[in-house]
Parts: sequence; structure tokens; C-alpha cells
Amino acid sequence: MTDDQTPKPAASPTRRALLKGAAAAVGAAAGSGAITGFPTIWAQEIKDITLRHIGVSYSVVQAIGDQAAKDLGFKVVMQNLDTSTAITRFITQPTSVDIPDLEGWQTKVAVARGILQGIDVKKITQFDNILPIFTKGDYEGKKVSRQGISPYEAMYIDSKDSTKIVEGVHDWMTFLPQVYNADSIGYRPDLVGEPITQWKELLDPKFKGKSAILDVPNIGIMDAALALESRGDIVYKNKGNMTRAEIDVTINALIAAKKAGQFRATWTTFEQSVELMAAGEVTVQSMWSPAVTAVLAKGIPCTYAPVNIRPDGKEGYRGWCNGMGLMRHLTGKKLEAAYEYLNWYYGGWQGAFVARHGYYSPVPSTAEKFMSPNEYAYWYAGKPATDVIKDPYGAPIAKAGSLRDGGSLIERFTNISCWNTVMDENQYMIQRWNEFKSA
Amino acid sequence: MAGGSAFTPGRLKSFALVLPLALVLIVFVVAPLAVVLAVSVFRYDNFEVIPAFTFENYASVLTSHLTLSLYLTMLKLAAMTWVCTLLIGYSVAAFLVFHVRNRLVAIGLFLLCTVPFWTSNVIRMISWLPLLGKQGVINQALMGTGIIHEPLQFLLFSDFSVVISYVHLFTIFMIVPIFNAMSRIDRSLFEAALDAGAARWQTVLWVVLPLTKSGIVLGSIFVVTLVMGDFYVVKVMSGGRDASVVSAMYDDISTLLFPHAAASAAVLMIILTVMVAAILRFVDVRKELVSGR
Repeated sequence: MTDDQTPKPAASPTRRALLKGAAAAVGAAAGSGAITGFPTIWAQEIKDITLRHIGVSYSVVQAIGDQAAKDLGFKVVMQNLDTSTAITRFITQPTSVDIPDLEGWQTKVAVARGILQGIDVKKITQFDNILPIFTKGDYEGKKVSRQGISPYEAMYIDSKDSTKIVEGVHDWMTFLPQVYNADSIGYRPDLVGEPITQWKELLDPKFKGKSAILDVPNIGIMDAALALESRGDIVYKNKGNMTRAEIDVTINALIAAKKAGQFRATWTTFEQSVELMAAGEVTVQSMWSPAVTAVLAKGIPCTYAPVNIRPDGKEGYRGWCNGMGLMRHLTGKKLEAAYEYLNWYYGGWQGAFVARHGYYSPVPSTAEKFMSPNEYAYWYAGKPATDVIKDPYGAPIAKAGSLRDGGSLIERFTNISCWNTVMDENQYMIQRWNEFKSA
Repeated sequence: MAGGSAFTPGRLKSFALVLPLALVLIVFVVAPLAVVLAVSVFRYDNFEVIPAFTFENYASVLTSHLTLSLYLTMLKLAAMTWVCTLLIGYSVAAFLVFHVRNRLVAIGLFLLCTVPFWTSNVIRMISWLPLLGKQGVINQALMGTGIIHEPLQFLLFSDFSVVISYVHLFTIFMIVPIFNAMSRIDRSLFEAALDAGAARWQTVLWVVLPLTKSGIVLGSIFVVTLVMGDFYVVKVMSGGRDASVVSAMYDDISTLLFPHAAASAAVLMIILTVMVAAILRFVDVRKELVSGR
């Protein structure tokens, strides 16, 4: 791409003014397909723009990019890489990316390396409608947990080119939250026979040889920590940033459980977790919401355990959030296009799309417009379905009358115990985690 | 080769012949390796790799008992795989070379051995899952016939399933070099052995075995290095219960601990080099292969 360097003749001032208006209007217009009011010059220039959006497969989705390109009139290239490959790519080849897909810890790394530019909150048309979980760090009058790296914790810098994340609300965002969820345990109600609402069940001897845990060390250890807190072994100061002693307690307990034959397996990918559950190899395991949906879509019963925080502070979900950044090299027309792209995500189409996977949009108010009342009530409001609920591919996953496991968005996100993270003692933790693996 | 000046046409010609391969090796092996070695002595701090010389990464790898236990796991798997692939590979090669009279049929059968390689490694490995699982074919058959009442758990997500996959994937690497070595044995040696009064097993032990040493050694190098450097088969077939040397590196890289991973990689390379060198001390493969028979 070279068009952002191409000098533009006299038309520029007017075009720039038009762009500003267009960027503001696009939030409301996007998704409805009503992008027709642009002057010809803009339509001509914009179609040569290509935005490269790179990140993990559950966040950077081809179907979403295709729809955005259709609505916005420029090209969007989606590329999937796993979390570590992606952040490595952003750091080592920053100009090969336009929109990096970022989690909290990746955002921290990316900001410190100075590869991002701040997102001007004034240019985000739906900024005021973003749930305060992300913009203010509270929700429904409650402070959102700060264990691990909460999205709010990594949200702001105080100037466009700052390389230091700051506390409090500021005018420049580091990344724009896009898709998020609360992870918990999945189980086979037909094989377990009783409702599960506590993390300690993962370690309960009655599930010996039938339990599995997530083997992505930096989040698997938090699932283990939730289980140990639940069992009453230990109370962590911060599950998302353990001390060496806390890591030792956690890993030693895992090793003991493994030696006693507790774990049938560990899993690293979405598909593995679905297979383990569907094949009956395990009956209870750490699990992601859409994986539960995928098991259900095979016609096999599977429940996503509601693990609301208890009065004694035990239990709770492990939250995660992926968002979009703006690479520092974006300027001019391409930067304007990138802002349009960001705003498009809050237009509602994407929010409805991810909801059918079991994820959420940070701006539910626009997503609602792209869903049937039945869908919105089921996925976001936690109300009983009035009709069959289908997954994004049309397979029925819930009958009329059924409730979403874990309840409404509010119920889940007022019950977040910790957020996906990378700890300060990361290297020590990974080494100890591998000791658990090789025990 | 004739000596003399460095610029004789003969010299130039061999230089030109060597050049393409040398370039490929320099660009795709030496250069990346140099980068890995350089990074392995870098410092790092909170995801930032700092180009400052340190041996800390090596110290951390070499003094950790995790390293020892990872290598012991992989050596155990490599040893089990080696024994199985050797027995199977040797028998198959012997059958093809000595028992199939028609050379064309032998070559045909040999090619048949390679048919599974027309599909991907991953698929061949994953196809074991529905066979070995708790509700898999084997368990259901055994339970259906009343031989067992509880599904056999050791079949899947165990050393057993890992080794089965390795054997399935890697036996061909044993068959090919042994087949090659056996094919080059002069059949009149068997007559000579028979004339000298050797029994069948004595012929195998004293004639065939020494003459196929180079094949065994080559096959062993393939199998052992493939197993030691693997991480995917262990991950999937052990159900993520085992860690391997390489999976530990992968976990390092997943949170950008590149210098530590690079040091582990360097250590693995050195250990494998030593192992291969040790194997080669028993047999001079080069001499065996080039010696005029």
C-alpha cells in the first residue's frame, strides 16, 4: 500500500472536512448498507484502501471483515495468527499491520514498545454507549475486578503518542474493546447428574480420570487458582499476578491431583475441548462458552456452569476481552478509514454476529437492532427463549423456553473474579506449569 | 582428486557444484541458527529482549530439574519407539528383500509401505483417537464381547498412545535405510554361510546383521531425532498430559520469552548432536555406504 503517502492535490481541504462528517455519520449508518451519500471523490479514493486486521481466529473473523468491507467500501484483509505469533508480528514488523487485535497483556506490551497510536475518544461515535466495564472500570454500581489485567486497566494513555498506560479516564484509548466473554467450566449434565456451580469440582475425586484443565499456562493457572480458592486451599492476593509462593502452592496442588489420576487430559485448542466433551472422555473441564455451544450443536447435552461469586469471595468467572488498536504508521486517509472501521464494529452488525457464538459486544444497544427480540432476550438479557435459538450456522442449540447458562450479560459481568493476563513471575510460572505437565 | 592450484578447471567445477547447496544451507540453516544462538545469550525483561550478553538463560535451562525430567520423558519415549520401529522395520525389510522372490513385486510392496504418507501426518495421528478412546472402537468391541466391563483408559492419552503414533508415523524411516542395506547384500554370502555350516539364526546374526548395520544406524538417527524434536504428537496423543522438550519452548515463546526458548533450543541441538555422534561412533556410515561392494 502506498496510497497514504501519495500527495493529494488541491481538493484536500474540502475532502478532509467531508471525511470528518463521514466518520461521524458512519456509526449510525454502518450496517444498514446506507453508505451511499459520499461524494464520488471519496468513493473513488476509498476503494483503493486496504486495512490489514491481524489477530486470533475468534476475534478477527473473515465474515465480519467481509461485511465491514461491503458496508464501508474499502478492502479489509483479515489474517489469523495465534496470540504469541501475532504480538511478535506487531512488534517486529509493525508496518505490516494496520489494525492489531489485542488482549490486555498484548496491549501493555504494544504500548510500551511504542508501536500504537492513541485512539481519539472524540472520534468514536458510540464512545458514550460503551459499557462502563471497559471505559470506567465499574458496572452496575460495582467495581469490576482488577485481578489479572482488566480491559480498563490497559485502556488509557494521556496523549496520542504516549508509551505509558495511565490510571483513570483520559482522551486517548490504547485499544477499542471489540469482543469479550466470561469463561467458566463446562460439564455433561447427563453424565454428572447434578448441577455444577463451583470451580472445585475440577479437582473433586468423584471426577477422577474424567476432568480436564486448560493448558494455556497463563490462563490455565488461573482456572486452577479459582479451583483451589473454591476448595479452600488458599486465598490469593491477586490470582492474576501471583507471587512465587502462590505459584508453588498452585502447581504443587495440580501435581498432586495429576498423580492421583484426576485429569484425563489437558487441552489447548477450542476443538480439543469440544472433542473431549463430545466423546465423553471428560465430564467436567475448563471450557469456553462457544465450545459448549459447539457440543450442543452436535446434539450432545453440555452445560456451561454458572459460577457466580459467593459471599465469601470464592468462585467467579475468568473474563477476557479482545480489542483493536491503531498502528502508529497509520496516517491521513488510511487513518480515517481505520477510524471508520473501528466505528463500524460498534454499529451493531458485529455485535449481533458474535452474540450468536455466545460472545458479547461492548455496545449492546446497537447490537440489539441487528437481532430478533427473541435472540437479544436470550443472549444478552438472560431471558427464556420464546422460539428456537440457532447458532451462526443455523443449527438449533436451544429450545423455546430454555435459558442461557450463566444468565444475563449483567449477571455474568458483575461476577468476574479475574481477567486473562500475563504475570510478572511469568517465566517462573511457565517453568512450574511444565513441571506439572511432565509430572 | 588432483591437487594443484586452486583455480584448476576441476576445482572450479566442484566449487560450482557445491555452491548451490552451500548457499541454501547458509541461508536456511546457518543464518537462522546464528540468530537463535545470538538471542540465547540476550537478556530480557518483561517481554523486552535486550541485546546484552548473559549466560543466565543457559544457567536457568541447565540447572532446572524440569529440563532433566523433560529429557527423561522424551528419551523414554524415544527408546520405546526405537525398539518397536526397529523390530517392525527390520522384519518388514527382511521380508521384502529375502522372502519376496520377484524383485518387481518387492519394489511394489515397498512402495505400498509409503502409501500412508500420501495423507498428512496429523490425520494419520488423529485417526487413532476414535479407535482408542473410552467410547472408541476397541473399547466398545471389548466391552461388547464381555471381555472387559470398564473401558480401558490406558489406551488413549497415555505413553501407549503416544508410542503407537510414533511407531505408525516413523517406522518407514527405519524400513527404507534397512531395505536399502539389505538389498545390497551379495546373496552368495548366504550360500557360503550355509556351506560353512551356519544355522539360519547364525546367518542372520553373523552375516545379515553386520552388513545392515549402516541401515539400522541411519534409521535410528531418523527415528530418535524425530521423536526428540517432536511436540505435536506428544501434545495430542498424551491428551496434553505430557510435556515435551519442544512444548516447553513453545510455552516460553507464547509469552515472548525468546532468549530462554533459544537457549533451550541450543541445548537440545547440542544434545542431539552428541547423540548422533555417539551412534555414528559405532558404525562409520560413510564408509559402509561408499565402500565398493
